[in-house]
Formats: sequence, C-alpha cells, structure tokens
Amino acid sequence: MELYQGALDTKEIFGRWLDSEATSNYGAYIPFVGTIRAEDDIEGLSFDIYEPILEEWFNSWQIRAKERGAIVKMAHAVGDVPIHTSSYISAVFSPKRRVALELIDEFVEDFKANAPIWKYDIIDGRRVYAEDRSTAMSGAGLLG
Amino acid sequence: MITIEFLGPIGKSPIEMEVSTLRELSAKLKEDSSLAKWLENSAVAINDTMVNSLDIDLKDGDRVSILPPVCGG
Repeated sequence: MELYQGALDTKEIFGRWLDSEATSNYGAYIPFVGTIRAEDDIEGLSFDIYEPILEEWFNSWQIRAKERGAIVKMAHAVGDVPIHTSSYISAVFSPKRRVALELIDEFVEDFKANAPIWKYDIIDGRRVYAEDRSTAMSGAGLLG
Repeated sequence: MITIEFLGPIGKSPIEMEVSTLRELSAKLKEDSSLAKWLENSAVAINDTMVNSLDIDLKDGDRVSILPPVCGG
C-alpha cells in the first residue's frame, strides 16, 4: 500500500507494479484508476486517512487475495487533489483472469465501504465534508 | 486514563476520560450534544482494532477512535 501527498503519478506506479511482478508468473493484471471528475463546481477533492486501520484493512485483503493465488495493490492520495487527476488506484494480479476480474470488483467495493478515508469537496478553496456520498463503516452506531 | 480521538470530519481534539467500559464511555460521550449525530453513524476502534460490542472493558492507556462515515477513492 502506498500513500502520497497530492495527485498520484499513475503511470509511474502502474509501471513499477508491472515490473515488480514481471517474472511472478501471473497471467492477469487488472488496474483500476479513480479520476476526479469536474462536477458541482468543485476545484478538487481532499482526503484524510487514518493509516493504522487502513493498513490493517489492506492486510486483510492481501490474505483474502492470497487464498485465491492473487495479490492486490493500492495507492491513495492524502490532502488536496485537483480535478482530472487521480486520487486512488488499485490493481490485482492473478494466475488467470477470472479471479482478477472478481477480486478487483470486491476489493474496490469494500474499499469504498470500509477503508478509513474521509473525502471533502474543495469549493472556493475550502474543504466541505462529502457527507452525502459517505458510507457508515461496519459496526457504526455502537456508541450512539 | 482512556484517550478518545475523533477522526476525519468530526474536527474535535482528542480528550481523556476515566471510564472502565465502552458502555460507560458511550453514556459519557452522549452528554456532549455536538457529538450525538456523529456517534449514531460512527464506527469504533480500540487501539486500532475495530470493535462491535459495548461489553468491552477498557484499561488504563487504551485509545478509542471514533470513525465517521467514509468515502475513499
């Protein structure tokens, strides 16, 4: 897992991941790129991350992937990221395509629901919590 | 002493409290009306491990994190 201040250099990261597994004998490599769209007059998005629990969440996915002979990778931005650049990328390597296609779907969806990352719209230079697009994590409301 | 930290958009500085269970902590935190809406939709971790039950004893030095709704990507 890799975290970067600001927008991701997607080509560098994907290229490095590809090189790192070049002789691992994986038959399928499926990358996913999340790009920030221009909508609702936002200048960009901004992110807070709680790294210790994100690490734990990611490690649990490495174990799930390994059980299917695959590996997952991800990189995410911290802080401000302008529109038309990338804040999140991930990838799955697996021996055959079917596992990789299924895993990238499960991994990205669970990422949206349970990775401890908070998103803000940047409007007029100010950060506004993206409350309506956010999802309560598993077990939410315990103290409420 | 237990430390409680409020992550992401809650925007509140960490506080310290003398409580011995998560249930007791819940009751204390609810006294702060500005936290009520966050408590209803936030998940909870103790020392960076997510928890799902109020019947958990807290010990001196424990760190409780309050995690509001998330949206990565």
